[in-house]
This record gives sequence, structure tokens and C-alpha cells, in this order.
Amino acid sequence: MSAPLLEVRDLVKHFPAQRGFFGMGRPKGVVRAVDGVSLNVLPGETLGLVGESGSGKSTLGRTILRLLEPTAGAVRFENQDVFALGADALRALRRRMQIVFQDPYGSLNPRMTVRQTLAEPLQIHRIASGAAAAARVLSLLEEVGLTADFADRYPHEMSGGQRQRVGIARALSVEPVFMLCDEPVSALDVSVQAQVLNLLADLQKKRRLAYLFIAHDLAVVKHIADRVAVMYLGKIVEEAPAAKLYERPRHPYTTSLLSAVPIPDPAAQKRRIVLAGDIPSPSNPPPGCPFHPRCPHPKKDARCGTEVPALREVAPGQRAACHFAEAPM
Amino acid sequence: MTDPLLRVRDLKTYFVTEHGTGTARAVDGVSFELQPGETLGLVGESGCGKTVTSLSILRLIPEPPGHILPGSFIEFEGRNLLALAPRDLRAIRGNRIAMIFQEPMTSLNPVFTIGDQVAEAAIVHQGLSRKDARARAVEMLALVGIPEPDQRADDYPHQLSGGMRQRVMIAMALICHPQVLIADEPTTALDVTIQAQILELLDRLQRELGMAILLITHDLGIVAGAADRVVVMYAGQVVESAPVKELFARPAHPYTEGLMESVPRLDAQRSRLHAIPGSVPAATAWPAGCRFHPRCPHAWDKCRTEEPPLPAAGPGRTARCWLVAEPARRKGGA
Repeated sequence: MSAPLLEVRDLVKHFPAQRGFFGMGRPKGVVRAVDGVSLNVLPGETLGLVGESGSGKSTLGRTILRLLEPTAGAVRFENQDVFALGADALRALRRRMQIVFQDPYGSLNPRMTVRQTLAEPLQIHRIASGAAAAARVLSLLEEVGLTADFADRYPHEMSGGQRQRVGIARALSVEPVFMLCDEPVSALDVSVQAQVLNLLADLQKKRRLAYLFIAHDLAVVKHIADRVAVMYLGKIVEEAPAAKLYERPRHPYTTSLLSAVPIPDPAAQKRRIVLAGDIPSPSNPPPGCPFHPRCPHPKKDARCGTEVPALREVAPGQRAACHFAEAPM
Repeated sequence: MTDPLLRVRDLKTYFVTEHGTGTARAVDGVSFELQPGETLGLVGESGCGKTVTSLSILRLIPEPPGHILPGSFIEFEGRNLLALAPRDLRAIRGNRIAMIFQEPMTSLNPVFTIGDQVAEAAIVHQGLSRKDARARAVEMLALVGIPEPDQRADDYPHQLSGGMRQRVMIAMALICHPQVLIADEPTTALDVTIQAQILELLDRLQRELGMAILLITHDLGIVAGAADRVVVMYAGQVVESAPVKELFARPAHPYTEGLMESVPRLDAQRSRLHAIPGSVPAATAWPAGCRFHPRCPHAWDKCRTEEPPLPAAGPGRTARCWLVAEPARRKGGA
């Protein structure tokens, strides 16, 4: 096994909770958006990060890139301590780690042509200018499957799928080794979603990119990820090689999530585990196992309400945080 | 087969575009029927016209810029909804035909309690007193699975989660026991575990109350689990209709087929996904001939110039494709 490209250790990110009217008064407690997460990403692999809204997956991604400052914990990238870097070193790091956002419309400048959008990072990082930059822009467009005439278009002149291709090209322009893909296909229609997923897979193969692929759709993640981590209320509750996680989930939350995904085949309708209630608020997580108020595990007992289950290895490469992970439902 | 409850015939809803220069033919000659007690799935990607179709049924299209063309018919209980006086239409809307929308936050009024909002239809349509309507509202909130409905009736929408708000929307829609429920992407804004709760709830309520559901969605997985029959739309037209099992077993239209192959599935091994090339064309400039031909792997000369009709393609099925008449033209074997 090669050394990890990215190592996240006990990462914590808390936000001050809601204040009184007009933001006055002292904050009432904290929102535990990310609450002690550890994970690794190897060179050239895709780690899928799944969870529902409010699970903390986007906050985790952004804190890893230091777009948010952490509350506690450590992130090492290519053996550098990301949180200890000064401004210059951080800018150099940004060439190595990039991000692709969910909403390609909101994340492209509406007043810039595609050419300007793609040339800007080349100038900022002093990679190329003038004719060399122009040539780079055209080769980037080609790499993401757009023709040269897109260079002079504005974001509003393109479809959602085309805009997402530009977002990917912008991330690639500085030749990163790691890309955080934050719900990159969830705003796209299904026929276009497939195009973008295939593009990401091709680029990974060609450039040996590592992805941290954040998504709420487990079926999408199945088609792109080598390993998958499942988040619930700021914590990783299960992590495993994709094949294992989908075949034999060890955490009842993973089992329930998988059973809730609709299967596009009327002949293969399965028993849905319908979880009661909503995700609790991360400002006031339940004691013990954070999932216990909704947990459908038949063996659930008093311990689940008092004792936090440790995230531990239950099978080779498979970690789960459930008191009954050795006897999954 | 019994008489249909709702019959949409040759519906055309056009929009004048922003600069007044063009016409967007958002819905361009759509016909289908809804039988009593069934769930009909109306499927398609963004821009195919499925939402405009549903809004046209209840005449909720803003005019201008929208315009339902003469010659369109929406028959309900022997009357054309498009020709009704506003007063008669109001007696049907929210009463006999009700609708739930994708975004429960923007469809609920933030300054009224949910109890008042659920009760309103019972006061307006059934002439109940405020007190009786409130009791009905609490009953409905209990029916849709809101815990402690008597207390929650005094809550405002912002105090509820997304899933709970969608339950309130459903309670509002069903308080007058409508015969038709139009559900436009009812679970799209929700997480998958909450989506499962809402789908289960709709299924239970349909069995208990016996209404017909027009389920509008882009998600083939939801259709497969919930619908009896499916109508597939593309570029403002119906391109295929079939009973759900037949549709998934043997899609007749290349668009339906492409759509099914491009869905990432949990029950398939990791693999490269099939993608339909290109993207949905703009409603101001539908392609000539078959509207799907620029993206179709089977297209030949005829498809580029002649628009296919919507012929029968087996029992209870139709498909708007020249391949129905010339199956030998299908590439890669049938």
C-alpha cells in the first residue's frame, strides 16, 4: 500500500450556534458540524463521502482544503501540515489540491468568458501567459470535451453540463493531484450526469488524480468510488472498500440508507427500511450513539443511549461505529 | 377499462420569451389519460415540459407570458377545465383536484400557522366553521404522521423540518378528499431517508383514500416503485407511454432506453455509465423532424425531416418513433 496523499486526523469544526435577534448576544452553544473525523486518501484513488444534508460532509471537505479554519485536529497533504502553512505556502498548496463545486452557475463568474475563467489561475500561479496561456486554455477545453468555440462564451450561454465541464477544466488548469468534488453532478439531469461522471473517471485514469467525492446519492458514488465513508451528525459511522460497503454494510445507518435508494426496476422492488424521524440537530446531538434514536437494529439496547461506539475495524479494510457491527442487521 | 377521470388532449402551452422575440413551445401537443385510483408517472428531464403540463391542468400558468392554445382540452368529470369560468374552476382546484409542489418551504405561507393553512381549504370548499375546520386539520395532520398534531397545528412553517413541511403540504392537499392529486417532484428536495417516508405515506394514503395520483418526477427509481403506468416526455411531447413493468422491461423509444441506461444503479456493478450525447434542446428551437434525432443513435434521413406520430407500440403502449414502423433500422439488433 502506498503512503497516503491526504491524512485527516481527529478533525473538528464547530460553528457558534444561533445568536439572538440581529446576531446580538452571546452564541448559544456550538454546532458540531465535524466532530472528530479521521480518514486517508491514497494517490490516484476515489474516496466517496456520503451522508444526508446536515451530516457535515461539505464542511469536512472545506476544512480539509482550509477554506474554513479548523477547531481542532490535523490535516497532512503530501507530508505537509496544511494548518501550519503561511500564506505563500498555502497558495502553492492550492495548485496541488483543487475543488469542483455543485452549482456550476454560482461558481463561475458571470462576467468572464470561459477563456478568462480558465486563464486566470494560470496567471495567478504564474504557470503560463500570452500565447502559451491561450494554447493551454484550448487544450483544457479539449480535455473536458468542449470545442474551441466555447472559449468566448459566457456562463449563461451554456447548459448545466457544459458549465460543469468548465468548472472541471478550471480545477485542472493548475495540474492538481487531488480534487475535492462537492456534489459535482447533483444539479445535473441524469443523461448529462452520466457524461460528467464518465469524464471524471477518464481524467482520473489519465492524470492519476485522487478524488474526495462528496455526494448524497449512493448509486452515483457506487459508480465512481474505490472506497466509501458514510457520515452522520459530523462523524464517520462506516468506512469500507466500495464493494464491501454495498454488499455487506456493518452499520445500521448504511443499511437503511442503501435500502431507501429507489431501484429503477419494477421487478426488483425491495423491502425499504423506513427510518423514523429526521436527522437530529448537530447543535444538540443525542448522547451515546448519535444514530440510536432512529436506529432500526433489533438488538438496540440501553448501552446505545449512553456509550459512544468506537469506529473500529470489523473486517479487513472495513471500519464501523456500531456496538453491533460484528453482528450487522 | 373504466372511463378516465382526467383526460388531457392536445395540450399546447407556449411562452413568449423574455425579450418578446421568440416563442417557447414548452408543452406542444400532449395527450394522456388518468384512470380512477391509479398512479400515473410523468417522467422527463428538466425542460421537457412536465411541470408546465401539470400547472396547465389547474390553469396555474401565469398569462402573460404563458398561453394555453385554443384546441387544448383538459376534461374532468365531463367538463373542459380550460373553458370553465374562474368561479367554477375554483370549486375544483384544491377541492376535487389538489396539488403538492417540490419546495414545501416556498409553497407554505410563513406568517400563518400550519393548522390555519391546512384548515383553509375545508372552510372555503366545504363551508366548515373555523372550529370544525381546525378539528379536521388536526385529524389530517395525524393522518400524515405528524406527532402531537394538536400542538403542532400552532407551529409556523419555519419550525418544521423539510420532511415535516412536505407532510403538511400533503395534509393541505388531501383535506377535501380530492379525486386527483398532482404531485410535482414531491420528494426532490428531501434526503433519501425522508423521501422513503414520504413515498410510503403517499402509497398508504392512496390505498386509504382511493385517489388517483399524477406523479411528476425525473427519478426513474421512484417511478418504478410507485407508478402503475408511465408517460415519458421529451422536448414538450409525449415520446412513450406504457404500463410500468413493460416500460422498464422493453423501452420502445430510444430516449427512454438511453435514460434508463444512464441512471447509476445500486444493483449494478461499478462500470462506465452509458451517456446520452448532447443536451436537451431549447424550447424556442426544437429540432426539425423527430425532436430527439440529434441525440439518437439510430437516426436516419427520415428522422431528420419528418416528425414521427405517436402510434401504438403494443398493448397499452405508444412510442413516438419511426422505429415502431421500421424495427429493422434499429442498430445493434432489436
